[in-house]
Amino acid sequence: MSEFFSMGGYAFFVWPSYLLALVLLVGLLLTSIRAARTRAALLDRLKAERRAFES
Amino acid sequence: MHRFANPARFLRIASALFPWVSVLCALSLAAGLWFALAASPADYQQGDSVRIMYVHVPAAWMGMFCYSAMALFSAVALIWKHPLADLLARATAPIGAAFTFLCLVSGSLWGRPMWGTWWAWDARLTSMLILLFLYLGYMALADAFDDPERGRKSAAILALVGFVNVPVIKWSVDWWNTLHQPASVIKRGGPAIDSSMLLPLLLMAIGFQLYYVVVLILRVRAEIAEAKIRTLRLAAIHAAGGDDSP
Repeated sequence: MSEFFSMGGYAFFVWPSYLLALVLLVGLLLTSIRAARTRAALLDRLKAERRAFES
Repeated sequence: MHRFANPARFLRIASALFPWVSVLCALSLAAGLWFALAASPADYQQGDSVRIMYVHVPAAWMGMFCYSAMALFSAVALIWKHPLADLLARATAPIGAAFTFLCLVSGSLWGRPMWGTWWAWDARLTSMLILLFLYLGYMALADAFDDPERGRKSAAILALVGFVNVPVIKWSVDWWNTLHQPASVIKRGGPAIDSSMLLPLLLMAIGFQLYYVVVLILRVRAEIAEAKIRTLRLAAIHAAGGDDSP
């Protein structure tokens, strides 16, 4: 197992590459999900306000 | 193609595809990581540092693919004035920028042990850095105007002009003497790479490509909602008898 983590002596170069990939991809995914959700919620609220205004 | 350019139809098709693409993306990335980190051999010269390739090369492909897609969407938006094409281009930019950044950093981490340097101002590395700046410039420009229409148009023109950089990246290793190695997968006469290494490379590339589709759908969804919010707010101002002229 420790052999796996040492990556034949290249651990310092291999693991940060994969870690950065993880951080970037998960981070972008989460901010995109959040942006889609907050905008959908805001849009629903505006639509409800408009219906209340018109009736 | 025209039939798919309607935002409502796009949302319907995208929502139907979304769960399938997400699951396929997770599966290919999981399989890709298994082969990349565990079930593939170390290189006879580079040892285990070769495993950086399975992040670095697909990220580079995605950096160039996303820019090409962004330029294509921008051209459609400029020529046919399709609102959806513009949203697709804007949603693509941050994804492409993330992959380009990943490519540059992982390349640096690979370059240090293999070339003995973190960075060199050679053609391949420099043109890839320019690609990152083009993405950043595009995103800054798209939001730089009070009038969203003007910002969109300027950004679309930048995307088109900057496309000249993509073939320069692809053939930089053939046109100039560079530290970077020439193409070994997408080249004449087929890939010059063993299938035990080609498999993780392709799985990661497919995973990244599907990740692009997943995040693209999410971001376009947000952009469409944003456009509707703007329309509703303008209508509210009009209904209240307000004056929205500048």
